[in-house]
Amino acid sequence: MTEITGYARPDGKFGIRNHVLVLATVSCVTGVIQRIARDVPEAVCVPHAYGCGRGGRRDLEILFRVLPGMVRHPNVGAVVLIGLGCEVSSTKILMSPIGDAGKPIEVLNVQDDGGSLATAKKGAEAARRLLAQVAAQPRVPMQWADLLAGMECGGSDAMSGVTANVAIGAVADWLVGKGGTVIFGENTEMIGTAHMLARRAKTEQVAGQITDMIGRSERLTHEIMGDMASRVISPGNMDGGMSTIAEKALGSICKGGTTTINQVVDYAEAPTEKGLILQDGPGYDGDSMTGLAVSGAQIMFFSTGRGTPAGFPGVPVIKVASNSRVFHAMRDDMDVNAGVMIEGTPREAMRDEMVALMGRVINGEPTQAERHGMDVFTFMTVHPPF
Amino acid sequence: MTPNIVILHPRDNVAVVLGAIAAFETVTAHDGETITALADIPPSHKIARVDIATGAEIIKYGEIVAVSTRDIRRGEWVHTHNLEGKVWKR
Repeated sequence: MTEITGYARPDGKFGIRNHVLVLATVSCVTGVIQRIARDVPEAVCVPHAYGCGRGGRRDLEILFRVLPGMVRHPNVGAVVLIGLGCEVSSTKILMSPIGDAGKPIEVLNVQDDGGSLATAKKGAEAARRLLAQVAAQPRVPMQWADLLAGMECGGSDAMSGVTANVAIGAVADWLVGKGGTVIFGENTEMIGTAHMLARRAKTEQVAGQITDMIGRSERLTHEIMGDMASRVISPGNMDGGMSTIAEKALGSICKGGTTTINQVVDYAEAPTEKGLILQDGPGYDGDSMTGLAVSGAQIMFFSTGRGTPAGFPGVPVIKVASNSRVFHAMRDDMDVNAGVMIEGTPREAMRDEMVALMGRVINGEPTQAERHGMDVFTFMTVHPPF
Repeated sequence: MTPNIVILHPRDNVAVVLGAIAAFETVTAHDGETITALADIPPSHKIARVDIATGAEIIKYGEIVAVSTRDIRRGEWVHTHNLEGKVWKR
C-alpha cells in the first residue's frame, strides 16, 4: 500500500487538502461569495441559505456547530469569512465557537467594508493572498489512523444495497482494521434495522442510543407524514426497485461495514472514539454530508444507483455507481463502477480497487465532483424560519 | 446461462432481478436456481422465489422488509402493488 500524505494541523489532525475557504455567514451575502468564486476559482467558495431568521434552540445549536466546523475543518488551510453585519451568526459572534482554529482567518463585513462590490474585491484579494500562503505548506506522511471517512448513499436504487454499499462497507471494515475511523448517518435510512445495529454496539449504552435514535426517527417520520410515512423513500427509490423504508435501510446500512459500533454522535458532532461511528442525522444527502464533514470527515464515499453528481465543498467525495448503466450514463460524475460486482468481480477485488483509489485521492488526485465543482452545501434545520 | 437474478440471503423469499425481465422469461441465480417470471419485471426489482400467502413476511437480506397484501405466486413481481411496509403497522 502506498504511503499517504496530508497537511499536519496544530490540533494534531491531518487535512488531505489545503484549501482556502471563502465562507458566508448568512444567505444575504450569497452574491458576494459568487463574485469571489468567479474571480478566484481556486478558492472553495461556500454560500448558503442560513445564518439568520431562525430562533429555535436546536437550529441555533446546529448553526453554531456547522459554520465554525467548516472553518476548523482539517482540509481547510485558511479562511475568508464574509459577513453582512446584522445577522445572528455574525463574524463577531462566530469567532467564539471558532476559537483558536490554528489557521489564518480574514474577516470582512459587507456593511462595514464598502458594500458588496468592494467586499467582493477585498475578499478576492484576501483569498489570493491566502492561496499563496497555504501553497508553501508541504505534505507530510500521515497514518490511516489519522483518517475519518464519511459513508453516504443517495439517489439509491435496489442495486445500491447489493453492490455499491457492500463495497463501501468492505472499505469501511478495511479502514477500521487499519485503526481509522468511519462514520455514517442518515437515521431515516436505519428505520427497521435497530435490532441489527444495536446488537453490534460496543456497550449497552451505545445499543440504547442506537435504539433511541432510530425510534425517534420512526416516530418523527410518522408524525410528519402520517399514513404517507411509507412514502418516506423517494419516487426514484421506488422506481429503482425498493418497496419499503426497511428494504432501503437494509441496503443503506451495508455501507458501514460489519464492525462494532463504538459511538453514536449527534449531528455534526466530532467523535471521540475511533472505529465505526453512527451519526444521528437526516438522510437528505446535502444535510447528511455536511453533518459527516463537520464531524471531521476528510474524505467521503457516496454510493448512487439512480445517479447524483453531489459533492461537498473542500472534501473529496468518491462517487460509487451501483450499476454499470449509471456509471456510463453519468461518466463525468462517477469515480468507481461497483456494478461490475454483479458481473462477477468479487467483493475483495472491488474493495482493493477502492482502497487504492482512496489512497490516490488522499494524496491529491481529484474526484469527479472535485474536478467539476459539484459542491452541495446545505444543513439540517428543524424549525421554520421567522 | 449467465445469472440474471441475485439471492441475497438463503432465507429470502424474493430475489433481485439484474436486468429488465419479460413475462414468461426464465431467470437463473448463481447457484443454478431457476424461476419463470409471471410478469414483466423492471431492473433491480424483486421476483418471488416461492408462493407467498396474504399477510406473510417478505424476506430480503434475511430480514423482514414488508408484508404481502395479497397472495403472490412464485415468479410474480413483488413491489408496492402487493406488499406494504411493516414499520408503522405494529
